Amino acid sequence: MYNNSQDKLLRMSRLSKFCGALALSLALLFNGSQTNAQDSVAAAGGGPAAATPAPASGGGDVEKGKSLFNNNCAQCHAVTEEALVGPGLKGVRQRTPGEAWLQKWIRNSSALIATGDAYAVQVFNKYNKIQMSNFPNLTDDDIKSILDYVDSANAAPAAAAVVGGGTSAATSTQTGDGGGSPSSLFTFVLVALLIVMLLVLGVLLVIVTILSKAVQPVGVTAEGTAATGASLVDRLRTGLTNTVNNSIVRSVVIWLFVLVATKAIIDGTFSVGIQQGYAPKQPIQYSHKLHAGQYKIDCNYCHTGVNKGKSATIPAANICMNCHGVIKKESPEIQKIYAAIEQNRPIEWVRVHNLPDLAYFNHAQHVNVGNIQCQTCHGEIEKMEVVEQRSSLTMGWCIDCHRKTEVNTKDNAYYDKLVALHKKETKEPLKVANIGGLECSKCHY
Amino acid sequence: MENTTKRYWKGVEELRNDSEFVKNANSEFANVNSEEDLLGKDPQRRDFLKAMGFGMAAVSLAACEAPVRKAIPYLNKPEFTFPSISDYYASTYAENGDYAPVLVETREGRPIKIEGNPASSITKGGTTARVQASVLSLYDIDKLKGPKRGETDVKWEVADREIINQLNTVAGRGGAIRIITGTIISPSTKAVVADFVAKYPTARHIQYDVNSVSGLIQANQISFGQAVVPSYRFDNAQTIVSIGADFLGTWVAPLDFALPYAQGRKVGATKKDMSRHYQFETIMSMTGSNADYRGTYKPSQEGLVVASLYNKVAAKLGGASIAGVTATEVQYLDKAAADLVASRGRALVVSGSNDPNVQIVVNALNSLLGSYGSTIDLGTPLNYRQGNDGQMNAFINEAKAGTVQAVMFFGANPVYDHPRGAELADALPKMALSLSFADRADETASLCKYITPAPHYLECWGDAEPKRGFYSITQPAITHIYKTRQFQTSLLTWAGRPNDFQAYLKNYWRTNLYSQASGAGSFDQFWIQTLNDGVFEPNKGATAASSASFNAGTLGVAGSAIAQRYRPTNNIELALYETVGVGTGALANNPWLQELPDPVTKACWDNYATISQKTAKEKGWEQGDMVSVSVDGKAAIEVPVLIQPGQADNTIGVAIGYGREKAGRSANTVGKNAYPFVSITNGYINLSAVNAKVEGASGRREIAQTQTHETVMGRRAVLQETTLAAYKKDKAAGSYRPKVETSEGPVTPTDITLWNGYGKPNHSWGMVIDLNSCIGCGTCIVGCNSENNIQVVGRDEVIMRREMHWMRIDRYYSSDGEEGDYKALEVASANPEVTHMPMLCQHCSNAPCETVCPVLATTHSTEGLNQMTYNRCIGTRYCANNCPYKVRRFNWFKYFDNDNFDYHFNNDLGKMVINPDVTVRSRGVIEKCSFCVQRIQEGKLTAKKERRRLLPDEVQVACAQACPTNAIVFGDMNNPESSISKVLATELESRAFHVLEEINVRPQISYLTKIRNKDEGPKQESVQESQA
Repeated sequence: MYNNSQDKLLRMSRLSKFCGALALSLALLFNGSQTNAQDSVAAAGGGPAAATPAPASGGGDVEKGKSLFNNNCAQCHAVTEEALVGPGLKGVRQRTPGEAWLQKWIRNSSALIATGDAYAVQVFNKYNKIQMSNFPNLTDDDIKSILDYVDSANAAPAAAAVVGGGTSAATSTQTGDGGGSPSSLFTFVLVALLIVMLLVLGVLLVIVTILSKAVQPVGVTAEGTAATGASLVDRLRTGLTNTVNNSIVRSVVIWLFVLVATKAIIDGTFSVGIQQGYAPKQPIQYSHKLHAGQYKIDCNYCHTGVNKGKSATIPAANICMNCHGVIKKESPEIQKIYAAIEQNRPIEWVRVHNLPDLAYFNHAQHVNVGNIQCQTCHGEIEKMEVVEQRSSLTMGWCIDCHRKTEVNTKDNAYYDKLVALHKKETKEPLKVANIGGLECSKCHY
Repeated sequence: MENTTKRYWKGVEELRNDSEFVKNANSEFANVNSEEDLLGKDPQRRDFLKAMGFGMAAVSLAACEAPVRKAIPYLNKPEFTFPSISDYYASTYAENGDYAPVLVETREGRPIKIEGNPASSITKGGTTARVQASVLSLYDIDKLKGPKRGETDVKWEVADREIINQLNTVAGRGGAIRIITGTIISPSTKAVVADFVAKYPTARHIQYDVNSVSGLIQANQISFGQAVVPSYRFDNAQTIVSIGADFLGTWVAPLDFALPYAQGRKVGATKKDMSRHYQFETIMSMTGSNADYRGTYKPSQEGLVVASLYNKVAAKLGGASIAGVTATEVQYLDKAAADLVASRGRALVVSGSNDPNVQIVVNALNSLLGSYGSTIDLGTPLNYRQGNDGQMNAFINEAKAGTVQAVMFFGANPVYDHPRGAELADALPKMALSLSFADRADETASLCKYITPAPHYLECWGDAEPKRGFYSITQPAITHIYKTRQFQTSLLTWAGRPNDFQAYLKNYWRTNLYSQASGAGSFDQFWIQTLNDGVFEPNKGATAASSASFNAGTLGVAGSAIAQRYRPTNNIELALYETVGVGTGALANNPWLQELPDPVTKACWDNYATISQKTAKEKGWEQGDMVSVSVDGKAAIEVPVLIQPGQADNTIGVAIGYGREKAGRSANTVGKNAYPFVSITNGYINLSAVNAKVEGASGRREIAQTQTHETVMGRRAVLQETTLAAYKKDKAAGSYRPKVETSEGPVTPTDITLWNGYGKPNHSWGMVIDLNSCIGCGTCIVGCNSENNIQVVGRDEVIMRREMHWMRIDRYYSSDGEEGDYKALEVASANPEVTHMPMLCQHCSNAPCETVCPVLATTHSTEGLNQMTYNRCIGTRYCANNCPYKVRRFNWFKYFDNDNFDYHFNNDLGKMVINPDVTVRSRGVIEKCSFCVQRIQEGKLTAKKERRRLLPDEVQVACAQACPTNAIVFGDMNNPESSISKVLATELESRAFHVLEEINVRPQISYLTKIRNKDEGPKQESVQESQA
């Protein structure tokens, strides 16, 4: 054993040096990763999320038409004049031979073309002879609703923009809040560090000045003015040496370093396991920017489980085939889907949003019941070429939202009793936290 | 599905099977001295620091990088299936005559839970422990993966070709072909067998039951000319006398009998009367433990007890008495006779004996009492047990003689479970063709030339007719996991018929059953409706057949046969019995059933010799002492002693169904095989032996019991009970309302509290458990295991009291001790009264566990739930220590990733049974009943999605749903329309009580006082008896 106390001391000091070095390296490590996260948050900030245009005029038919349009038509047609795969539908009632013709066309366009109908053949030829999918299940009423919706959407685009803008503003604020807390913390740490360093610099300067003054008179009395010029460097060196040898200064510096490093380590630990900004390469380069952004396909169209169950579900290849049976068949990325179907081998996507098994999250509760926009948690998915995790998905992030978000109690009889009870007690809006949204067993079981 | 059995190597060393690896494979931690290996022999400070620094850096780096996880969608998604949403399919559990119409919950195409089908008028949604556990058998890794010829795998085409050739050869030379099965209740399967017999005319179908009622069927043939088991209407009976019939546990059709029995015994605001149940038996059976009056006899007295009871009743009612029978006095027999006579027309006598002569006397007794047409219905026979002991016996004679040249076994393992199994084992190799449809190479199948494995019932098509005119459908809930093929398909293939059994089944229903459907529309509509409902019951609501004419002439013959056969002995006599869990041993490789404690002995993972307290004292045996048991010079087995209050003196009870050798990892070497001691007396299987040789053996073996205390020690705060007579006088009789002393005098505990309490504004989930309806069967325990991913821990851990069951059923015996004499109160009576008390987390509103958790891992919700958050728990176990009900369980190991617990959670196939909505708990955390919070959340979400309030009783917990007797009522106490609110509205002031009310923890669970249909309390009773 070590019986030499000096040796022991030496070893102790080495130990502390090692720990210090380790701490420093860890601090740097975590700082690095946090900076990365910060970058992605900064990139995510700003820019309104595009929401689907809301109808200006009400009426059950238009509402129904909207959902039918989004689920059946939106992937190939726009309500405006813009031609996507097929023609833009603005003014479709006026330019076509009539509603009866449209009904035939929508239910079975190829049959109509086969009859040699002049307008049908013209449209078919104009749009690269791409055959339109048949919708035999749509009733006359359904088709009328869709057309009503097209008309109403074009009649009041201004109003729609306002509504849409409002939603997206709210969305982006929430996104900012969700990702904002770590970034503001980081800024705070940076500023604090800067202030501390400035203070240290100031203290050092003051000490140097005092020491210089203390040294100078001695030099003057002993050697006179002649030596002044030459000894300036010497004096500075002596002053610095004295400062370094001053135990108070040394301990202040060491303590400051230890405090800053500890803080950095603690901050770093909180980011362990957080994959914010995670944007892995997927087996097929599917672009949400193209599908959800440019073509405005409703999220629901592919993510069919989002209103029904826990999982929003990644679409099966047969959903892709609804369109890509005819569209862009030659693209090498689409060929991968064909290959998967031929080989009967499902596509293995890389999961972007990973919750631990111990946390239960249900999409239907949030999207269907809570009426939360997809963008609130997933960021501006319609602008992402590659999907990335925008929110931290930490428990703090969940809880924060549950504290701030009002419960969507409108037209939902389930909440009637809770709303009545809440109103009796307070005038504050009913937040998720007020109805047990912070209880453990809401998510952990 | 083949790749579900894929094996993954942990490393090359496992593939190579290095000796070093094998040595360490079973230890949870690698058995290396980490300090020495990592740092060398003489660790230096610098090395330590290097290692520590490296370790920290490595851990931090590893933590930063999350593993890449894949999300794999369907390639072609079925239209109505959504990931994470359960689909339910109606199907039928029909294994060896055990029957239950079920709903199978499937997730993404894999069955994860079995529920009873509430559409069935027979079970009304009830299940048994075996039905609940059956889903686990689907994912049994020990099953065969395809057909076999001897030890080698063969292709189905090859096996078919060879088997057809040999069948033709055997049939060509007129050799006998025998198809040996357990009871088959499927009419279409019987049609398939008939088709097979038509092709091979020398074939014959023989059914046999291990726990046979062949004698009962024969007795009905003699008495009434009908070779059937009649329907019993326990709900109609005012007085029930059972002589050795464990009708709630193992006799004929417990699921069919349990609910009507419980209905007859429920009391409440509108029903102040209940049936009276007498049980006379040798061992303490589960049914006996529910009886109001219970007497014991030795197996050699069985026939005499029945005859004496008959004579006593006949004397009062003026019937012909049986001559030449020694009158046998058994406690309460006179009283039973008096009550039977008093409730004439509403009386029911059943006997578990397999001796036709005894059953004839029972028939005579029931006729005398006017039970036929009232409590017994011969017009609606039960099909649950059709085995014919005589035919099976004859088959083994033929097999020995060599006349049987081809044999097939389906749902039968006679080498293991038939008394003449050893003789059959010798004869099997001599046959030209022997094959088994067993799903594993069991004791019989391993001796056969071919094994053509049949799949689990959840992979099968089929149907069932448990009672005449009551049908149900079996439809597959998953595609075949292995290369197995249904029994029916194989038979059709070999008979040279189109082998699509699904089409065959549909066609059978079209021809035979469609005509019975009234107003069902087209056949396709009828078929789809039946698949949806699961059951088709044209005979539902039919009135019982009027009284049958008993052939009185046979009584005298039976009487003299009884007098000849039953002669009381002074020997120790052996009674073999079937357990409620493992049963006859066919399901022995199911770890949920192995770990299910026996309802009475509370022992699991073993069989043992039960003896009475008096016999134990006489012999000087203590619990756990080994004894050697032998009958007629057969090879002795050594089993530990379990002292069982209520057992007949000078008898020993041993369970059958244990000692499997070729069943799989969970069953092999568990317990000892008692089947060799089963005998065939006068051609009928006899589960008792009057000349058993029982001797003390060396050594001890601890029995894994989940409850080791036996009485409640007079603590009325725990258990409250009263007699029917007292209840009729005072509806709050037997209830104990404790008071606590304060400076202002005694007050009820709920009036003083330290706590503010929790508001329950929206829902208040609660439970009421009716101790009068609970029969102790343990179905709820297995249902809970299945729903909540509860780990199986095995025998050694149970001995260390580390079982993980969230729910247990406490079984309490009454004591003769005087009040206050706690030493005496610890000892159970010689023939005690028994109470079964389900115990689970009480979800206290002032929960003692919550206040001691240092990390707030257990907290309270606004819906009355006591929440347990596993990811927050650090394993201090303060909560378990502070729980007054002892319902919290600690994960001592990472059971699902530890080869020492090689049950089902440690292989990829077994893990398929996991409920994806419930976290699999890791080592070091506490767990407990959550009131199935995942179901509550799901129910609420469904209501929210439909923009409505929850319906009353919409959310059900697994235990309440599984319960065959509706003893457990769960619901929202804030909803006045829910069943629980309605029960509490009337019972709050009468029978409802909280366990340990005086500690004011305010549980969400109430119990209803146990009421025994007795004239007076137990003490006076016994005094009177002894004076009489």
